[in-house]
Amino acid sequence: MTHSTDYLHTLEDEAIYILRETAAQFERPALLFSGGKDSIVLVHLALRAFRPSKLPFPLLHIDTGHNFPEALAFRDQLVASLGERLIVESVEESIKKYNLKETSGRFPSRNGLQTYTLLDSIQAHQFDACIGGARRDEEKARAKERIFSVRDDFGQWNPKLQRPELWNILNGKIQKDHNVRVFPISNWTELDVWNYIQTRKIGLPSLYFAHQRECIVHQDKLVATSQFIQPLPTDKVVKEWVRYRTVGDMTCTAAVPSRAQSLEAVIAEIIETSISERGQTRLDDQVSEAAMEDRKKQGYF
Amino acid sequence: MNTLKFITAGNVDDGKSTLIGRLLYDSDSIHTDQLGLIQKQSKRQEGEVDLALITDGLRAEREQGITIDVAYKYFSTSKRKFIIADAPGHEQYTRNMITGASNADLIILLIDARKGITEQTKRHASIGALMGIKHAVVAINKMDLVGYNQNIFENIMADFENKKSNLSYTQITYIPLNALHGDNVVKKSTAMPWYTGEALLPFLESVVVDKATSNALRFQVQWVVRPHEAHWHDYRGYAGNVLSGTLRAGQAVRLWPSQITTHISKIERHQEEVLEAVMGQNVVLHLGNDLDASRGDTLTEAAALIQCSSQIESWLCWLDTDALQIGKTYLLQHRFRTVRVKVQTVLKTWDIKEWQFQESGNNLKMNDIAQVVLRTNQPLFYDAFAEVPSNGNAILIDETSYNTVAACMFL
Repeated sequence: MTHSTDYLHTLEDEAIYILRETAAQFERPALLFSGGKDSIVLVHLALRAFRPSKLPFPLLHIDTGHNFPEALAFRDQLVASLGERLIVESVEESIKKYNLKETSGRFPSRNGLQTYTLLDSIQAHQFDACIGGARRDEEKARAKERIFSVRDDFGQWNPKLQRPELWNILNGKIQKDHNVRVFPISNWTELDVWNYIQTRKIGLPSLYFAHQRECIVHQDKLVATSQFIQPLPTDKVVKEWVRYRTVGDMTCTAAVPSRAQSLEAVIAEIIETSISERGQTRLDDQVSEAAMEDRKKQGYF
Repeated sequence: MNTLKFITAGNVDDGKSTLIGRLLYDSDSIHTDQLGLIQKQSKRQEGEVDLALITDGLRAEREQGITIDVAYKYFSTSKRKFIIADAPGHEQYTRNMITGASNADLIILLIDARKGITEQTKRHASIGALMGIKHAVVAINKMDLVGYNQNIFENIMADFENKKSNLSYTQITYIPLNALHGDNVVKKSTAMPWYTGEALLPFLESVVVDKATSNALRFQVQWVVRPHEAHWHDYRGYAGNVLSGTLRAGQAVRLWPSQITTHISKIERHQEEVLEAVMGQNVVLHLGNDLDASRGDTLTEAAALIQCSSQIESWLCWLDTDALQIGKTYLLQHRFRTVRVKVQTVLKTWDIKEWQFQESGNNLKMNDIAQVVLRTNQPLFYDAFAEVPSNGNAILIDETSYNTVAACMFL
């Protein structure tokens, strides 16, 4: 790394420290893996923390059933090349099992429904720690998160009564049936993640780079047509050069107009943009100003 | 490019969140969509943005107009990256302020020019110094409400200077501000020509962080790397973080508590062999003589002195709603090693209003600060916090609630 990126070493050291602390303090951790860039970076950091050993935890994908095929293909290829264990839990099955109601509207999100599947999986596998790629710069409720975030047996976050967290001494002791959400890249910004991907030459699914895609123009956003989202006769449908800045559900993640086909070009665009990551791409965060806080209180990560 | 981590502290209405909002806004670090949201929420008159809403992230905080827990904000300029911990001002939430202070290089103490130094200023200044922060900025805010009066600024400065002698800051910088309108935040204000120093942001961009630096080698084993595969049969590495000093391949070292001496046969960083590693870096060590070390074991230079005792004098910041109970067993987590501990006696408490010690009984309740004697069930291998901070700090944990109940800084 060059001098101008040496802060990435500090962030990397901090994340590896947290991952090792998680492995040492918990009996059964899992790493939440979606095939998005933040969780891909987490896997990369875990390899740095634990190789030449196998990872001391499985990867866990809470599969909404609304994924981008590119992200799923990347997930399977990565897991195969690493020889690590992947557990896939289906939100679709939770919906059937509990007769859950999908969110209404044109671009439904299964973000809130994921929580049922996650909590069931935590219980079934007796996971006591789930490592996630959430960052404090993403969203204002996340800006309040601890590195080790203690959740009760309903998975609930209690933001008014968080444990003190001093220096980098992490207290992972919890009551039976409670669990901890671990956030190793809390202090990374979106730009840090991209610079790290470039510096460490980490592979990403193709949809992070500019490609042509058929999209519905919805207000000021571009939503790809897919098996989940069919255009209506009244829709304005365009074929645009786009890339994805975040990868969530196909139903509620917007694409960004872009011609950036290399990491350098993507990073240059992210430096220039005046719109936040979630604001530009997530249709489901715009429902209310406390959408994320409310989801987290219910057990979302 | 390096990163400066700073914390902002002050009274409930001194304008901390407004100051942070101003720093982010004037340095173009707020995304337009977030600004739109803030404008929508802002109950002020049209055109005026309530900058405090940028940092208050919880529903309850917005409802009450207060900060409950630390919010972390990130921004960068062409000169430096910054991490801001916006700390709560309410006394009730002091422990959250301590969480923010424990990872900060610098503290901004915000003072309302009309009110001068208050009990909370003193509390936060005490905590910052105690947690090892070396740099303080005393930011005297709301100068517009006192007519940008130089005397008022200088009186507060003199007041702080008179009282500060018991605090261990190495640098205190005084800046008159008006966060609401941006005077002396990013740019020098024309309203206060008498102020000859820098505006806040240029100061933060250039301040050189003074950390307690000891060259003593300290390393604790965090995780033993032992692949259970035939190919790696003989591999046994000790992963951990260099807490202080420099590790060198070939160097003679001593392991604690076994007190066995050996040498470092190999250092790996990211699976590549390196000849040395410095403070803050994660490495995997391989030791000579096929030793057996475990998580929490300490490694020093072979001839080094380290405090080794089960009776330890320490600063304690009490953080829990349940008061300290003398004689009750707690857990003490010293980085990667956890032992059982009792607080034997409270020696003296720190009077945060007077910035001096006072005699006290054995009572410590939430937000109290004291010097105590700890007795552990096994000896600790530690340093004074003032000398080697990363090997001189620990936390106390309640054995039944598992809450973190106190911060310890060894004397």
